[in-house]
Amino acid sequence: MSSDYEPHSEAALQHRELRKERLEAVRREHKRLIGRKVTFLVLIIGLIVFAVGFIITLGPLDITIPQVYETLLARFLPDFFTMDEVFEQVVWNIRFPRIIGGIFAGFGLGICGCVMQAVLKNPLASPFTLGISSGAHFGVAIAAVFGVAVIGGPYLLIANAFAFAMLCSLFIVSLSVLKGATSETLILAGIGINYLFSSLSQLMAYFASDEQLRLMTVWGMGDLSAFSWSKFGLFFVVFGVCVPILWWKAQDLNLMTIGDDSAKSLGVEANHVRIITMMVASVLVATIVCFTGTIGFVGLVAPHVARMLIGADHRILIPASGILGAFLLIGSDAVAMNIISPTIIPTGIMTALLGVPFFLYLILKGKRKEFWQ
Amino acid sequence: MNVKLLVQDLEFAYTSTPVLTGMCLKVPPGTLVSIVGPNGSGKSTLLKCIDRILKPDQGMVAIDGRDLFQLKRIELAKQISYVPQSSTRIFPHSVFDVILMGRRPHLGWASSGEDEERVWDVIDLLGIEDIALAPFTELSGGQQQKVLIARALVQETDVMLLDEPTSNLDIWHQLDVMTVIAGLVAERGITAIMAVHDLNMAARFSDQIIMMKSGIIHAAGNPWEVLTPRHIADVYDVEARVQRQGEETPLVVPMRQIGGNGGRLTCQRM
Repeated sequence: MSSDYEPHSEAALQHRELRKERLEAVRREHKRLIGRKVTFLVLIIGLIVFAVGFIITLGPLDITIPQVYETLLARFLPDFFTMDEVFEQVVWNIRFPRIIGGIFAGFGLGICGCVMQAVLKNPLASPFTLGISSGAHFGVAIAAVFGVAVIGGPYLLIANAFAFAMLCSLFIVSLSVLKGATSETLILAGIGINYLFSSLSQLMAYFASDEQLRLMTVWGMGDLSAFSWSKFGLFFVVFGVCVPILWWKAQDLNLMTIGDDSAKSLGVEANHVRIITMMVASVLVATIVCFTGTIGFVGLVAPHVARMLIGADHRILIPASGILGAFLLIGSDAVAMNIISPTIIPTGIMTALLGVPFFLYLILKGKRKEFWQ
Repeated sequence: MNVKLLVQDLEFAYTSTPVLTGMCLKVPPGTLVSIVGPNGSGKSTLLKCIDRILKPDQGMVAIDGRDLFQLKRIELAKQISYVPQSSTRIFPHSVFDVILMGRRPHLGWASSGEDEERVWDVIDLLGIEDIALAPFTELSGGQQQKVLIARALVQETDVMLLDEPTSNLDIWHQLDVMTVIAGLVAERGITAIMAVHDLNMAARFSDQIIMMKSGIIHAAGNPWEVLTPRHIADVYDVEARVQRQGEETPLVVPMRQIGGNGGRLTCQRM
């Protein structure tokens, strides 16, 4: 800079005026961007509501979208809406629970993926990176090989899956407490646990009968058919507790993504936040996977898609990841149920078959080499 | 002497080997203190211990006589800000959002209009409005460093710690960043403690210099007192000339290593 710079010269005043205008323009643009994010969030919620109506019309029963909404609303507002009994039976008792289950599962997996990627500072993290799914799968394998014949019901599978999923995450989190809970420790421990339980499941599979093997394989593919109204009680409680906690930690998660040192210097107990959010997310994931089986892809991809669309602020990113996860899951499930009807393809398979090309398209379409950079 | 930051008998070890031994500092308010020393001498560790990013094995740190180690981390963050050498860059936060993170100690879940105003003020102060909405991940090293300083500024603390703020920067950006830091100390009365490798940059901008070797303070004082050929030889094993530059600033010219191989290549010719 020249030393004979005159702070009160006309050029200097003009320069300051120009900067002021530029700053104002940037502030307006910032406001516009926030508006766009909120609009996007509202739009995808609207899209989900529409998708629910549309997906319920798919199938042998001839019903229109308005009739679907009328049937659903009649449950809550019987004075204003009328309901056909056949429609009620099919919509309320058969199709709607599956979709609600899908929305919950997709929402939960999307949120957990988002949270785990933040606290582990790793874009590859998902509810399955930490071995939670392989733990649950092993629980199912044990139930299939040793338990089903004894008790003879699907609840044993669910209970076993939940117990082993939680066992895995408890083990990893306590290991990391002892070792200082860095993100590297958690990921490495998760990969180790993944291998351990996969091998144990394979060992079970090696000794399983054909029927037991089929049970294990089908569970591993992931499916939404286990949902019915009677099972939602647990879901509502777990979601009601876990989701608000994770969302409440959104600001801390923002800081965690920029590094532990920075987070600590800004007042966040990084290790505590990591342990709390990992535990809460694990409970949520364990609850979901014990009903749905392995639907891994949603938790990985939904947060990335959300981040590409609305940025990295977790206050908006968490709900957006959840809603996109829900949309991806119920969309894939609808295709899986109807593409070669009456055969129903397991949801987990269809989620990846539809999601991966879309995901790759988004990655390749981006101007940048890495979409998250 | 009026003391802003007091460090007393600070000790720290990663393993059994101590990294900091018996560190004692008294920093007056509104001064820029540079910590110099060879790689591994404990400069960054000292800053991290002061901000409790690393937990010291023993010792005390106080600001205005208040023991910082008794405070909750969120309260500590209202007293000291820390500018790291670099920041993890995995997810695409906008520059505005990264700076807003500096308000974390003062806000709850939602940021208020007032918090955002502080961010815009600092963006204006540092002249970084052109990059305010860009993803932090896409900035150059110099721009990132300014954004990290901006983040520390909106934290509104009296004491700012900076870990090698000019490393990896070209000379234009080194001067730019150092001018910003010196300006903050002069105009806002901030007390800044900065780990730095460039002895001439330290000499030019600092009020006080602390020279460290192997986790202890070898010399402390104004640039002329610390940057002597004797101290540089003792601490760096480098023979250096110290020349007078302008009115007050010493200029260090490293000449040769003491006891080294004299720069000769040791590999055998094939």
